[in-house]
Amino acid sequence: MGERILMKGNEAIGEAAIKAGCRFFFGYPITPQNELPEYMSRRMPQVDGTFVQAESEIAAINMVYGAAGAGARAMTSSSSPGISLKQEGISYIAGAELPAVIVNIVRGGPGLGGIQPGQGDYFQSVKGGGHGDYRLIVLAPANLQEAVDLVTEAFDLADYYRNPVLILGDGLLGQMMEPVEFKATKLRELPAKEWATNGLRNHGGKTNIINSLVLDPHGLEEHNIRLQEKYARIVEAEQKAEIVDCDDAELAIVAYGSTARIAKTAVTQLRQEGLKVGLIRPISLWPFPVKDFEKVIPTVKSFLTVEMSAGQMVEDVRLTVNGCKPVYFYGRMGGIVPAPEEIAAQVREILGGAK
Amino acid sequence: MVKVFERPKALADVPTHYCPGCTHGIIHRLIAEVIDELGIVDKTIGVAPVGCAVLAYNYFTCDMQQAAHGRAPAVATGIKRVCPDSAVFTYQGDGDLASIGCAEIVHAAARSEQITTIFVNNGIYGMTGGQMAPTTLPGDKTTTSPYGRDTSKQGFPIRISEMLATLDGPAYIARVSVHNVANIVRARKAIKKAFEYQLAGKGFTLVEILSTCPTNWGITPIEALNKVKSEMLPYFPLGEIKDIEAGEKK
Repeated sequence: MGERILMKGNEAIGEAAIKAGCRFFFGYPITPQNELPEYMSRRMPQVDGTFVQAESEIAAINMVYGAAGAGARAMTSSSSPGISLKQEGISYIAGAELPAVIVNIVRGGPGLGGIQPGQGDYFQSVKGGGHGDYRLIVLAPANLQEAVDLVTEAFDLADYYRNPVLILGDGLLGQMMEPVEFKATKLRELPAKEWATNGLRNHGGKTNIINSLVLDPHGLEEHNIRLQEKYARIVEAEQKAEIVDCDDAELAIVAYGSTARIAKTAVTQLRQEGLKVGLIRPISLWPFPVKDFEKVIPTVKSFLTVEMSAGQMVEDVRLTVNGCKPVYFYGRMGGIVPAPEEIAAQVREILGGAK
Repeated sequence: MVKVFERPKALADVPTHYCPGCTHGIIHRLIAEVIDELGIVDKTIGVAPVGCAVLAYNYFTCDMQQAAHGRAPAVATGIKRVCPDSAVFTYQGDGDLASIGCAEIVHAAARSEQITTIFVNNGIYGMTGGQMAPTTLPGDKTTTSPYGRDTSKQGFPIRISEMLATLDGPAYIARVSVHNVANIVRARKAIKKAFEYQLAGKGFTLVEILSTCPTNWGITPIEALNKVKSEMLPYFPLGEIKDIEAGEKK
């Protein structure tokens, strides 16, 4: 057991990135993630790293492209409207197959929306966001220890698959304080970055090119097929979810991130009332943890998806459950965090208990 | 027998896709000659734009990255911060740099990023078929200014080099042309100076090169070279606009 330090979410994510060997951070101010670039501007000079406050989110993600292409562990962070601006660059990073970590501390939308926590960026995160057939690995922590652990995992996954990884947090996770422990974990053997454009002298004189342009239609299709094969490998190997009390559950709540934490409190309350309720908490939103659902689908009678949105992840839950069982939805819009009592009331109503 | 002329080693031995009479080929060669002369091909990383020079990554033998439209200076910033001992250059056209990439070039210059930007200005969008660029001369007809650029509705050309020279960040900014041999020689000197300044850590450097687009201008290569001289030069005067070693110049 290492040292546990009380930290704010945004800062803990920053420190986790530094511990994971990230020395290049490119940021731009937007609430509620400002403590992350601020922290990096303090810490990077102390570890011989680089912090650049870019002129825009667009520039920041393109600086990540350049730095990642040169072989470094690079990161940027933002919040919803800023992540929208980064989509072009994220598509290029995915197309050029560069490893990079992007953090979205989600706020309510659409447009300028609000600055309170939201989960309305689910579609953007897991269904594309930018142009073209590409996927991000999307990880959704529910507490700060998990956020810290997933940042380490994110850099490893990015390097292993040469693919951008998105940490999908929200304003609640970014702003809250919790004790965290930074674990020195070696997760997987990583390939050498022989493709990096860091000068011929560093890779045996062969010209390296970082590129996402494939003008030949057959070449482009081959490139896309190869990307899809990589995504299929990720789907097979990288699904993550937490399953709580689902063995005998009649109803499984499905929630991710901060909302899952609140749902867990509701599960505890409902269990005390004798109601057989469990929780499925997707940690990898892409790939969606279908295998975990498959364990639960045969035994539960229904699902209730809870989100801080008008209902986005619920579509993936329905695709996964595929009509086998009813899937209900309860959502509060961005800015309003659902209370455990509200979720419990929804469950009671579905199970035919007290109104 | 002494070989007096050969392909620079920094230039790949492949045919280019450029149109007959286009001056991109000359400019590529000048950059490659400078890279050879400075002996830096093994530590140079170039950034290709979106536009006619998008395939530049196939034409240089140094490491290359292809950047999103206008974002080359941001991409170059990322590369140079990771590889501070390298020479990093961007190769950008006027649509890429002066329109969609205006923010990126201004802030890379303001931060004095240790990069060299080769800004190829032919006053038109070439790759997309001849649309109006921010540097299109008043009155010039393009596919999106079919009646000629009307400054009352479409504004005025941007003199990027003069604009960037007002910043404290840049170490060297020059505008050159490649419409005749004497100017090609001067262009080569300016490119070399820019790379030398970068390698010496003096700051951001940019060489704007007036270039031709006979295809989309709808004239012959000879007429295009003459147009550079008679129409572009009066609007975009040549010279070293900023040189921190020599002080401000007109």
